[in-house]
Amino acid sequence: MSIDLAQFHATFFEESREALDTMEAALLELDESGGDPETINTIFRVAHSIKGGAGMFGFSDIASFTHTLETLLDELRNSRVALNERISNALLQSVDVLRAMIGTVQHGHEADPERVATLHAELTALVKGAGVDTPPPPPVIAVEASTPPAAAPAPAGAAAPESTSARNQWAIRFRARQELLTRGNDPVRLFSELAGLGPLDARPDLSTMPTLEALDPEVCHIAWDLVLTSDVARETIDLIFEWAEGDCDLDVKRVVAAPAEPAAVTEATETEQAAAPEAAAPVAAEAPSAAAAKAEAPIAAPAVVAAPAAASAAAPVVKAVEGSGKPAASADSTSIRVSIEKIDELLNMVSEIVITQSMLNQLATRVDGVAGDALKSGLAQLESNVRELQESVMRVRMLPVSFVFSRFPRLVRDLSHRLGKQIRLKMTGEQTELDKTVLEKIGDPLVHLVRNSIDHGIEMPDARVEAGKPAEGTVHLNAFHKGGSITLEVSDDGKGLDKDRIREKAISRGLIDARDALTDDQINELIFLPGFSTAEATTDLSGRGVGMDVVRRNIKELGGSIELKSEKGKGTRFVINLPLTLAIVDGLSVQVGEETYIVPLVTIVESLQLKPGHSNNLVDHGEVFSFRGDYLPIIRLHEAFGVEPKARNLHEGLVMVVEGDGRRAGLFVDSLLGQQQVVIKSMESNYGRIEGIGGATILGEGAVALILDVPGLIRLAANSQPAARLIA
Amino acid sequence: MNSVVTQADGTSATARQILTFRLGEETFGLDILRVKEIRGWSPVTRVPQAPPQVLGVLNLRGAIVPIIDLRVRFALPSAEFTPVTVIIVISVKMLDGSTKECGLVVDSVSDVVDLTEEMRREAPQITGSASIDYIESLATIDDGMLILLDADALVRGEIEIATGEQNAAA
Repeated sequence: MSIDLAQFHATFFEESREALDTMEAALLELDESGGDPETINTIFRVAHSIKGGAGMFGFSDIASFTHTLETLLDELRNSRVALNERISNALLQSVDVLRAMIGTVQHGHEADPERVATLHAELTALVKGAGVDTPPPPPVIAVEASTPPAAAPAPAGAAAPESTSARNQWAIRFRARQELLTRGNDPVRLFSELAGLGPLDARPDLSTMPTLEALDPEVCHIAWDLVLTSDVARETIDLIFEWAEGDCDLDVKRVVAAPAEPAAVTEATETEQAAAPEAAAPVAAEAPSAAAAKAEAPIAAPAVVAAPAAASAAAPVVKAVEGSGKPAASADSTSIRVSIEKIDELLNMVSEIVITQSMLNQLATRVDGVAGDALKSGLAQLESNVRELQESVMRVRMLPVSFVFSRFPRLVRDLSHRLGKQIRLKMTGEQTELDKTVLEKIGDPLVHLVRNSIDHGIEMPDARVEAGKPAEGTVHLNAFHKGGSITLEVSDDGKGLDKDRIREKAISRGLIDARDALTDDQINELIFLPGFSTAEATTDLSGRGVGMDVVRRNIKELGGSIELKSEKGKGTRFVINLPLTLAIVDGLSVQVGEETYIVPLVTIVESLQLKPGHSNNLVDHGEVFSFRGDYLPIIRLHEAFGVEPKARNLHEGLVMVVEGDGRRAGLFVDSLLGQQQVVIKSMESNYGRIEGIGGATILGEGAVALILDVPGLIRLAANSQPAARLIA
Repeated sequence: MNSVVTQADGTSATARQILTFRLGEETFGLDILRVKEIRGWSPVTRVPQAPPQVLGVLNLRGAIVPIIDLRVRFALPSAEFTPVTVIIVISVKMLDGSTKECGLVVDSVSDVVDLTEEMRREAPQITGSASIDYIESLATIDDGMLILLDADALVRGEIEIATGEQNAAA
């Protein structure tokens, strides 16, 4: 029986990553709640399932690391170790290390073995510090047959949160040595004594059972996993086994509640030597009787023990199922994984339907009479259905913004510890949904802003108190919908921007003139200029020159904008406006000759008609016009794209003031057709990049219209037209 | 008739199906496995800074596909687009391994023929002439000559020229 395990690897990696995310979130929660048992249980469950998976697939490094981690967590869970800074740091680092280790086996990237070893040692030390020896990690391949000690009390998972305090559980691993029976020790007697202390669940482990020919009836070949629910002390249990000491291997552990054991099913498929019934369903009664058929003398006894346990055997199984249902419920409703390509394909098809439908609409206008009316009403219905379908498919690509926000608690915690600041992170609107692609790309700019707030914004605790503010600073992440776009805010209650220093610096860098009178907003704008950083000392957090200009550029690339509001001593607020999706852009369609172009709305400042004589020729350096005190170059779109225009005189057409990369220009077109939302199609997938063109879209009648890339167009014009270079 | 012929270099090939089309006075052929669809001429959207043979782009079931005028490509006198003018949409393997789609404007589509190795003739190497590496081979069909085109070489050059110029300008 050989199963190709590799096919399950991807699932393991993916699930482990998710599990680690859960674990990280729970660890941070733990930090705040100060050791809530339910949270520790969650973490334990996660560590355990990673260990199980890693063991099954033979990733022994991960298995042994998580084993140590699990041991430490177990100590925490049983309150034998109190949660402290050192432990929570080690636990958080374990998450990182595990991520790296999973990356190692997945991609073959080398995880830092030194870091793994150091942390492993640290965890072991913490466990030791708790006064418990780490039991040796279970043999990786053998995990299947013998349920690992900690996993044994699966039924204990049924211990509902409210009953955790009620009774302790003891997980006892009892493996008889060969001479146990000959020395007059009787497992049945031992077990019945145990059963006298409280409800006892016994599961035999027959993995070491020899074949019938090799069987010595005088020797006990069975090991048992016992779960005793009782409040007795460890000593009482030890007393029972006192006489068997030396004749058996005994491992007694206290458990409060244990995870549901998902490995049970895989065990069955993985175990060759263990007969199916006992591995698949731990029904205590059945297993020993199967064994009894093999060897009568020694096994007769266990069968007796099993009988009382049998009654309770069915219950734990059912409860375990309930237990496993619980974490799933908290982890959102049911979902499936779908590759993004499939969704894009779907989206493509839907936009095709939209086009076909509008074509049919046009045809329908030619049909007269009753049939025509019926056709039109049918098409109207189709139109609304198709629109709904399109929106639904779009929504599939949307994810809550919490996917990005979730990394910040850790970031804020780490940074504030390092800087010795007290910072509280407040997050609101995490459920606001955003296109996945936008979401992936907004992460880094947000991290930068949050780092800035922590590093430059929030003051040291004593400085805050001096300023009459609470010692603990607040960084607030907020997300909400606003019209057809989404707004993300990063605000802090720190010291705010120092306008005088920004001004001085801008002057010293030659960015502005000393005589320039700037409004507050204009000064705030300065920090978005390349190469601007006011941090007095550059730290490794921020101020390394990768500044706000990069943040702004990234956001512009997403078709969004960023603004800044700051009040000295009160704090700073960054407001980011983003489109809901990258697949759709709001644009104005303009006409040049026979061609239709789409100008993204975010780039348009305003549109105006020039009166004759309102433009100037810079000799042969191109044309400029005056716009609010500035002279802007005129880019004639028909010249840039080589199209035969309808309007050649500037006052016959329309000039659109557009802005890209901080540069402005007047775009001369024939006329404006109207505003519409268009689906962006790539030009590059079948053709290539065209300077000045950002993509293409398909208009209602099926024709293709090109979408302008305004920054690219201004660059293009600057190369061919010296007047445009003036603003560069 | 599928006959296997072993060539000098040891490779063997069975008869291939070739889509033949007319362009001016000549008959050209393309491997039918490369042809994705044949559609009637419809006006294209012009693309700025494109080489003259790239007429523009067209919407092909949601994808934006460049359209190449083979008459311009082969330096033939340009002709009016008539109702029989067709666009042959082919898929091309690019040097980086990706696949791109592209439409070729031709005068008319003629036939699908089986081409065996015996019918194939090497194209003569004419020194000093313009590069003809897009001609895979020649063949004789119905007493006429068929110019078998290498779709990859034909289009790869076009798209790379088109975008290469952009990159140079940028």
